[in-house]
Amino acid sequence: MKLAVVVFPGSNCDVDMYHAAADGIGADTSYVSHHCTDLSQYDGILLPGGFSYGDYLRCGAIARFSPVMDAVGEAIERGALVLGVCNGFQILLEAGLLPGAVYCNNSLKFHCSPVRLQVVNADTAFSSQYSEEESIVVPVAHGEGQYFCDADILDDLKKNNQIVFRYQDNPNGSLDNIAGIINRRGNVLGMMPHPERAVEGILGSTDGLPLFQSMLQDWRGSRHAAVE
Amino acid sequence: MPQSNEPTPEQIRDQKLYSSMGVSDEEFQLIEALLGRLPNYTEVGLFSVMWSEHCSYKNSKPVLRRFPSHGHQVIQGPGEGAGVVDIGDGQAVVFKMESHNHPSAIEPYQGAATGVGGILRDVFSMGARPIALLNSLRFGPLDTPRVKYLFEEVVAGIAGYGNCVGVPTVGGDVYFDPCYTGNPLVNAMCVGLIDQKDVKKGLAAGVGNSVIYVGASTGRDGIHGATFASEELSDASEEKRPAVQVGDPFMEKLLLEACLELIHCPGLLGIQDMGAAGLVSSSSEMASKAGTGIAMDLDKVPQRETGMTPYEMMLSESQERMLLVVEKGQEDEILTVCRQYGLSGAVIGEVIAEKRLRLTHRGQVAADVPVDALAEEAPVYQRPAQRPAYLDAPSPSWDPAAEEPEQALNDLLALPTIASKEWVYRQYDHMVRTNTVVAPGSDAAVLRIRGTGKAVAVSSDCNSRYVYLDPRAGGAAAVAEAARNVVCSGAKPLAVTDCLNYGRPENPEVFWQLQQSAEGIRQACLALDTPVVSGNVSLYNEREGTAIYPTPVIGLVGLVDDLDWITTQTLKKAGSSLLLLGETRNEMGGSQLQYLRTGANFGPAPQIDLEREKALQALTLSLIHAGVVSAAHDTSEGGLAVAAAEMCFSSGLGAVLSLDSGLAAPIELFSESQSRILLEVDEESQSFVQQQAQAAGVPCQGIGRVIADERFSVSLNGETVIACAMDELVKLWEGAISCAVTH
Repeated sequence: MKLAVVVFPGSNCDVDMYHAAADGIGADTSYVSHHCTDLSQYDGILLPGGFSYGDYLRCGAIARFSPVMDAVGEAIERGALVLGVCNGFQILLEAGLLPGAVYCNNSLKFHCSPVRLQVVNADTAFSSQYSEEESIVVPVAHGEGQYFCDADILDDLKKNNQIVFRYQDNPNGSLDNIAGIINRRGNVLGMMPHPERAVEGILGSTDGLPLFQSMLQDWRGSRHAAVE
Repeated sequence: MPQSNEPTPEQIRDQKLYSSMGVSDEEFQLIEALLGRLPNYTEVGLFSVMWSEHCSYKNSKPVLRRFPSHGHQVIQGPGEGAGVVDIGDGQAVVFKMESHNHPSAIEPYQGAATGVGGILRDVFSMGARPIALLNSLRFGPLDTPRVKYLFEEVVAGIAGYGNCVGVPTVGGDVYFDPCYTGNPLVNAMCVGLIDQKDVKKGLAAGVGNSVIYVGASTGRDGIHGATFASEELSDASEEKRPAVQVGDPFMEKLLLEACLELIHCPGLLGIQDMGAAGLVSSSSEMASKAGTGIAMDLDKVPQRETGMTPYEMMLSESQERMLLVVEKGQEDEILTVCRQYGLSGAVIGEVIAEKRLRLTHRGQVAADVPVDALAEEAPVYQRPAQRPAYLDAPSPSWDPAAEEPEQALNDLLALPTIASKEWVYRQYDHMVRTNTVVAPGSDAAVLRIRGTGKAVAVSSDCNSRYVYLDPRAGGAAAVAEAARNVVCSGAKPLAVTDCLNYGRPENPEVFWQLQQSAEGIRQACLALDTPVVSGNVSLYNEREGTAIYPTPVIGLVGLVDDLDWITTQTLKKAGSSLLLLGETRNEMGGSQLQYLRTGANFGPAPQIDLEREKALQALTLSLIHAGVVSAAHDTSEGGLAVAAAEMCFSSGLGAVLSLDSGLAAPIELFSESQSRILLEVDEESQSFVQQQAQAAGVPCQGIGRVIADERFSVSLNGETVIACAMDELVKLWEGAISCAVTH
């Protein structure tokens, strides 16, 4: 499986994402610059956390105009998997590739700690290796992670099983405890918690690893289908 | 050629205008003698910042010279951006601590943020990848809106900068004491990792080579920051807010990545951060170290404001800037790398054979001074020292033996100095780059070195109450405790950086504190084989004539050779035994309980025997290496009972202590005797540990066991003196700081 980690100016979880993909599931992983306009060779695109463009103006608001974002859009069109974590999620929201927005945490403070999540939908390309309702521990580290959307969107998200992860102890005031959502088609996942920080026992948790394994499993399945 | 609106050299002399820049009459005469003429306004400015205590160490040099700075592990001692220490396999750690006290006292968010920025640049200008940040913070009690504001904003500033740059803030220490109410301390430490072959220095080598400016453009912020940092604070300091710089962590991140790529360019010969005293210090120091001079055309300096004078450009402390010296002909390669990271770079000058700093502006010479005079020839003062009168003042009377132990434990755990610092470190991204094995909250933070079986442990420490009461013992204790913390994490202590925070050195009592505590540090560093490889001095920490307690903060880095040795303070298993290494004596002077009950800090500070300390640390490390230690914790503020309770927190376990002692219970439990470590070991290993301790000559006693119940009880000579539910203790300990700041 070929994965691209997109590096925006100010990305700082790119290395973590790279290792989770390359060492965690043995994917053929490359860093790709925000200048890149062709992602056609990749099976999956990883948008890492950090402070793209310093998070000036609004988190993700400048990064969404990067040249690479057109290529990300094309990758989504062709059905490639796209995972946005933390700042990557914020960029996907700003780009309109996922619905809703994030506010400042309700504490108005940056919050970094492991949190308990519930896997709400274990039937996605990003969560098949979890079991439904499974409780997992994954760190959060953000100042602006309070997810919000209007009532119609929330209804849609629920109706279509687009809420993949919920906080069990909401650290930021997110609406309906939402920690991660997927698009209708099921190939774009955005989440504030950092699964790439939970892939090695020595760092405290391996609960993020099944997310990457799910992506690998999905890719294998789609390749299998293509061969048949 | 003076700018039209600047005073003439004669006016500067006659009206003593130099004194407002912190230059004394004698120093002005010395400058005149060194130049052989009167200095112009820009030149007086250059000397005033370069000869400030912050840049020249003119008051502290005689003391600093006595620190041990060599050793088999030291690759680069003091004198460069940061110290470099061997960790084997061709790798090294690069680290330094620096103060940003004065800026933080008047503009806490930016003061703290730019403190982080500056220390990061000190490390990555050496070519090292920053892997960890720590902060040593001191505030007044959290009972006034002003102190709460300072505390909250300093923490927010550290978080805002470090989180954005993406270097984990993994540790540090926070103390609260009235001596810091008007003058908080913000000391930032950075640890970097480097391949030894890549170490870069700040050298302006090779006549004809180019001087390149990289990073943010120069504005009028931070002019005279170094001078401001070298005088006492007062209510008038508010007017110096413009001397506080404004940070841009995004720019820093770009600069960091660009510099770490630039160090691999063969054309790069020297690199130095434009930190304190900006362009003047970086250029004159690089030239002075290389035995060359530098000529710069200030019209080429990237400027963010119009009409800037040479004085303003040279003294600006605008952040996120680097000065490079690049081989002639290789400039394009360097500037191309900069552009890839969205940074502007400009060739602003060249290395010259004459050892002078020669500045031109609009076609005219703006300054022409010998570089050594700026960088090396600041006067050095031998200040008089005198034992402080307060040491002989009558002490309040207090009978610690009459304290009620359970109440004392409850009250101590709720003291902000002892209470959980989670409110602080939860705001710091302490995990980014996924190497943090032991997160904040244990004795030391531990970071694995990816791709190896090694890890580094880092800790910062200083109990200034001890230093105030007994500078020599307190200075030694600061080193010993930092080392003990690192040892408790499973690491061998390697080397030290220090940040020496004191009051006015012209006060003989303050200078005595500095001298004596430095001697304590020296002795401890020699005994524990931890040379001082870098550091910083911050004097004039006074507000309205009252100095802070002498606070020599020690940052210590240790090496864990095997990841299996990494140990934390949290208890692991019900049924295991608790052992105390070391000896508890009646040492309540300077203790947390003493201050809590009397509101005063008096009596003899805990004494330290460095040979015993060394034996204790060696024993603890050998026991950890033998695999028999499941948790280890240094007993420090609050003494044995607090340390034991801390081991229970977040373990989901409890402890039953049963002690035999000739000391009264409150003294046995809350004395802050040094050189003690609590261990959790398997019951079957207890006799092995006791044999080893005996062989090492370290006192060792079984003091209790770990239980599955979340209870904490203590009995002394068979009588129960404490019996608490863990959740009550946890509530006090966890809630103290967040309650204090939100109410």
